[in-house]
Amino acid sequence: MLSPRIIPCLLVHNKGLVKSVKFKDYKYVGDPINAVKIFNEKEVDELIVLDIDATVENREPDYKMIENLATECRMPLCYGGGIKTVEQAQKIFNLGVEKIALSSSAVENPKIITEIAREVGAQSVVVVLDVKKRLFGGYDIYTENGKKKSKSNLEKFVVELQELGVGEIVLNSIDNDGMMKGYDLNLIEKIKPFIKVPMTLLGGAGSLEDIKILIDKFKIIGCCAGSLFVFKGKYKAVLINYPKKNEKYKLFN
Amino acid sequence: MIAIIDYGVGNIKAFANIYKNFNIPYKIAKSIDDLNDVTKLILPGVGSFDHAMQSLHDSGMKEKLDELVLDKKIPVIGICVGMQMLAKKSDEGQMSGLGWIDGEVKKFSREKLDINLPLPHMGWNNIVLNQENRLFDNLDEELRFYFLHSYYFQCNKSEDSMAIASYGENFTCVVNNNNIYGIQCHPEKSHSNGMQLLKNFGEL
Repeated sequence: MLSPRIIPCLLVHNKGLVKSVKFKDYKYVGDPINAVKIFNEKEVDELIVLDIDATVENREPDYKMIENLATECRMPLCYGGGIKTVEQAQKIFNLGVEKIALSSSAVENPKIITEIAREVGAQSVVVVLDVKKRLFGGYDIYTENGKKKSKSNLEKFVVELQELGVGEIVLNSIDNDGMMKGYDLNLIEKIKPFIKVPMTLLGGAGSLEDIKILIDKFKIIGCCAGSLFVFKGKYKAVLINYPKKNEKYKLFN
Repeated sequence: MIAIIDYGVGNIKAFANIYKNFNIPYKIAKSIDDLNDVTKLILPGVGSFDHAMQSLHDSGMKEKLDELVLDKKIPVIGICVGMQMLAKKSDEGQMSGLGWIDGEVKKFSREKLDINLPLPHMGWNNIVLNQENRLFDNLDEELRFYFLHSYYFQCNKSEDSMAIASYGENFTCVVNNNNIYGIQCHPEKSHSNGMQLLKNFGEL
């Protein structure tokens, strides 16, 4: 039977790995390649690596780094950060990456999804939407690390993304980022009815119990987390970790 | 020598890296000249069916591959879209497949899938063997592999179906006929099971 996916999400900033709280207060947590090696040993389901500098600095993706990560990675790798064109996407696939994540470019120029999907197949195109609660209900989509608010309506936009051929949608809660107090279940409850492609939730997981709650409620879903898999204990010591096979299976039952 | 076919589609480096770690000799074949002294073939593939078939034609290697596989009977394994290319045709495109295995590629039917099952079929799933094969020697008892696809291989001859997986319905995820193998899931990204399978293929 297909299992829910439990996915560490790593953020790259100034060539190192960082972890944020509400998209701010970046804390250095280590070297990307070293983290991938440890996650290989732990046999993680998948890995998402996001270069959070590329779009903001308006530069090309760091192909050398992507190649090094992809070569090391023995599980499926999703890379995001700075991808604006079909050529860039193609180049990244050729470096050995299974999926590419679009964020700003998908929000600003949704047609790119169709163009990339035509070349590489829809199953490999992921859109990550950073969302923040509105004061009076509902959610707004943000880009550029939570700095720029988009005018798009979240429900309508996820439908549009699927019509354009997206293969997976990752919803990332800015409010819950790094808080480690659980996922925003209202967010997913609100959006899930509009989504027929694989869906992944990111932001807020602080324990395996949080993941279990998500799986119990939504069954086949991607459970993505940053802090949970890089910090340990109440003082948040940096320690790369991931549930063992038997711990993982307990979450599925 | 194993040749990993590099026709501009697919995850060449992931395979190269695995064989390098096993110290199993391999080469990356980009043109017909690279196919002279090979004893095994790996045909990776991602993306859409027509794009992959067109790229293989454009590489100039297709006729030589037909000869190696069909006349010289050297072992070949198609992976993901590379497996689908073994079929005669695909729902996903208009082009003819390689036709090395009697079958066609179908799309998962949204109607047959439970409302909770999204498309594409993405993630770790179990596979069940219909027949024993050396490809699966020394793997974990639980055969879990990573899948990422919306189309699947439908064999016209049931004896070509080596393993099945279940997603709304049972579908063939490993095919085999003589020297020709195909696997829908991604062994190059399926941790120790996948690495062992690729090692087994290298040692066939």
